[in-house]
Amino acid sequence: MLDNVQSVKFFLPELILTGAILVLIVYHVVTGKKKSLFAGYLTVVSVGAAMLIAGGIGSGGARDLFFGMVRIDEFSTFFKVIFSLATIFAAFMSIASSEVNGRRQTEYYVFLLSVTLGMYLLASATDLVMVYLSLELVSIPSYLLAGYLKRADDSVEGAVKYVVYGATASGIMIYGFSLLYGLTGTTSVAEIGRIVASGVSPLTLTVAFILVGVGFGYKIAAVPFHMWSPDVYEGAPTPVTAFLSVGPKAAGFAVLIRFFYAVFAQRVEGGQWALFEGVDWVTVFAVLSAVTMTVGNLVAIVQRNVKRLLAYSSIAHAGYMLMGFVLLNVEGLRAILFYLVVYLFMNTGAFLVVVLIANQIGSEDIEDYSGMGIRSPFLSVCMGIFLFALTGIPPFSGFIGKVYLFAGVIHSGLYWLAVIGVLNSVVSLYYYARILKVMFLEKPKSEEELPVGIYAKAFLAVLAFPTLLLGIYWEPIIRAAEASARLLGG
Amino acid sequence: MESHILTLMTFIPLLGAFFILFVPKGKDNVVKIIAAVFTFIPVILAVKLFFAFDRTLPGVTDFGTFQFIEKYPWIKAFNIEYFMGVDGISVPMVLLTALLSFLAVVGSWNIDKQVKGYFALFLLLETGMMGVFCALDFFLFYVFWEVMLLPMYFLIGIWGGPRREYAAIKFFLYTLLGSVLMLLVILALYFNTTDPETGRHTFNMLHYMNQSTHNAWLRQFDIRVILFIALFIGFAIKVPIFPFHTWLPDAHVEAPTAISVILAGVLLKMGTYGILRISYPIFPDVTRWFAIPLAILGVINILYGALCAMAQSDLKKLVAYSSISHMGYVCLGMAAMTPAGINGAVFQMFNHGTITAMLFFLVGVVYDRAHHREIDGFGGLGAVVPVYTAFVSLAFFASLGLPGLSGFISEALVFIGSFPVFQTMVIIATAGIVFTAAYHLWALQRIFLGPVNPKYVDLPEINAREIFCLTPLAIIVMILGVYPMPVLKMINTSLLHLIDFVKNTLV
Repeated sequence: MLDNVQSVKFFLPELILTGAILVLIVYHVVTGKKKSLFAGYLTVVSVGAAMLIAGGIGSGGARDLFFGMVRIDEFSTFFKVIFSLATIFAAFMSIASSEVNGRRQTEYYVFLLSVTLGMYLLASATDLVMVYLSLELVSIPSYLLAGYLKRADDSVEGAVKYVVYGATASGIMIYGFSLLYGLTGTTSVAEIGRIVASGVSPLTLTVAFILVGVGFGYKIAAVPFHMWSPDVYEGAPTPVTAFLSVGPKAAGFAVLIRFFYAVFAQRVEGGQWALFEGVDWVTVFAVLSAVTMTVGNLVAIVQRNVKRLLAYSSIAHAGYMLMGFVLLNVEGLRAILFYLVVYLFMNTGAFLVVVLIANQIGSEDIEDYSGMGIRSPFLSVCMGIFLFALTGIPPFSGFIGKVYLFAGVIHSGLYWLAVIGVLNSVVSLYYYARILKVMFLEKPKSEEELPVGIYAKAFLAVLAFPTLLLGIYWEPIIRAAEASARLLGG
Repeated sequence: MESHILTLMTFIPLLGAFFILFVPKGKDNVVKIIAAVFTFIPVILAVKLFFAFDRTLPGVTDFGTFQFIEKYPWIKAFNIEYFMGVDGISVPMVLLTALLSFLAVVGSWNIDKQVKGYFALFLLLETGMMGVFCALDFFLFYVFWEVMLLPMYFLIGIWGGPRREYAAIKFFLYTLLGSVLMLLVILALYFNTTDPETGRHTFNMLHYMNQSTHNAWLRQFDIRVILFIALFIGFAIKVPIFPFHTWLPDAHVEAPTAISVILAGVLLKMGTYGILRISYPIFPDVTRWFAIPLAILGVINILYGALCAMAQSDLKKLVAYSSISHMGYVCLGMAAMTPAGINGAVFQMFNHGTITAMLFFLVGVVYDRAHHREIDGFGGLGAVVPVYTAFVSLAFFASLGLPGLSGFISEALVFIGSFPVFQTMVIIATAGIVFTAAYHLWALQRIFLGPVNPKYVDLPEINAREIFCLTPLAIIVMILGVYPMPVLKMINTSLLHLIDFVKNTLV
């Protein structure tokens, strides 16, 4: 365990992000409301630098910083890379989006960087106080980002809903934290785990589990705590939606895994975790997983707005990933980590296409996508790649992600969950294919070609290429995921 | 034996698809020529394969006697291999795929809507089909199996008939439903078997066929039954076996001509191929248990398909239902597990591929000219288009099983082989022959005989390109009708090994 001074040099990535936030605030004050891309590019550069340094620090083994407030290990590093890429993609997407462009941009990027900093901390937090603080650091700027289009009613509506739900969930969660503190007399997650393992009142522990579970369940938008997400996702500027559905969701999984696996389970031999008597949260989450994916997919079928459809689809994907969470072994964790990587590319890609089309036709309704296959073949083919990857059809990366999830589930003998999972894949094909049907199979409303800039095309290619490549060769990523999962709590 | 012929056959079309993407807009003929060249190379390789294939080696469960093997690690962390090889069961299918793909490209020459997309997708489709018939790693097999769905969806959905959107998504959903069940079976097999040499879990199908690699869980009979049925549903949807057939009439009718040819000629065979290649040798005990249900399903297919065909007024639908009926013979022959029965089944797979391909081409010919396919909407065409009539008659007679043409031999083998095993069912099934003859002859009569329909006195005769597509198939049908040995010799050794294995393992 390192003290405050020793810790600083390992805290460099977070310091870089903080520095960038401060610079932007000053910049905003100095330049006023002038339009400039500086903020966007500074975001990209600082997050990129933070990611590289975090990668370097993370490979040096596990370290507890600031008297055990945060823990730098391969697990958090893996997540930090995902967060950073999500932020960078979101920044580029915002630069390309006509929704965000041309407004008070500097503030926007300050919020974006703040969320990123929060996610960095959340993935490595090992203390109740730190968990709570970083969760709020993720949430509060997210509310602001969601309501960024303050002249649009749905943006404001989404943001208000987000705040109300978020505040309630935080309150419930921190009540759970207080029970845990009361039970054990410490705020250190590892310490709590140790004391819980030696035996505490099962009833209090169950109540604490339920309260904390609600808070985290809200963060990853698991059913029944998902009600906020379609409205927020639909109302927010599309780059923000893409970001929220990947970054904070991944952060939710990071803290869910780190917290639950340390507090409510015990590490045993062979890359497994064991439950304590009294709290069978695995079954609870297995059912939640099945319900989440089923509800997400079924409701997605009837959506007419692409953004809203993708919002429900991202609920369903959280359900898929929860399958890996309930397995209590390295295999399940590795599957989640791998899935998050492929999900980052395919989901961001799908949203990027939505942004580029909305830039031109000003609509996100599926109907208005008719004939895109002819109007812009490149955009449409990329959309096809992303949507088929989201469905989980080979040779795209989403398929491999699902294979690992299902493999873990089958290996652990939860056959019912595997069957529900694959049937959900079939259901999801129906609505993903509906978008493609409109794009490729229906006659265009106008024959006019849709101009797509060269940078937009390059950006799309950057997202589409890994989506395809990771479906054909994914060995390095799965090995990295495996290593990160294996070292968790080790 | 170091050879890359299977990889070349599989991926050369994909290379062609890649080139097509770079052809500038408007150069439709260049696209078509590229497609023709890159589907013709596999045909040349197929001819080479036909001559180089050693007919005395069984393959099936035995690694040592598979031919043209290619085996490289693909994903070491998950022990997935790039493992390709052929034996007597797969070679006829590979030949059929190469030939029909090339002919279908020629048959698609009149496509004028989004030409680039059409041929690129078509070439991708051929890669998927070839891969399915060559893959011996179950994961690899699954990837190829699914890769086919994407181009198929678009080929039906964009270039199909009036109800193409409905037909395309129905086809896609049905087959995906079948294949996700297969995926679960694959994963269950993976975790419950080990490679005897390395002790790791494996996707190698041949290891699954060695039942001593199965663990205690996988040895329980009821578990095996569940896995077998899940796998069977996946394959049955493709065949399609009643009651999983409802996607077929829609897809076949709405698909453009060349795609119907591929659907009926190649894709349907994947179902029965999968059962023979995978279900039979991995679950020999369940296979024996399932023989009678399979035979019953086969007979239902024969009769139901024939009766439905008889009721159709649309010529293409008639041909589609006749496919269901003909695939019933394959199931019946497979279920019998006698040398004649199983040889007949696989031979029927090949013959049905060539004959139905002709039928769909021929339906396409008349549809291109008359723009409808109503059987009752013609009349007396025999006098107007004699060459076309000759081809249709040949295809119809082959399809109804006239002696002297290839369909007869395979159906006869199926009946001879299954009669000793399922007497009552075979007697019932023979009624199918009568129905089959009835609907073929009745349709022939309504279209080609009688007074000439005045609307079609000027119907143009079949053209040279169309004759080019049909002639190779017609020749094959006629030669195999009198001398079936080229195919039977190719498949016999493997099939005898297969039934010997299924009958004597885990008894």
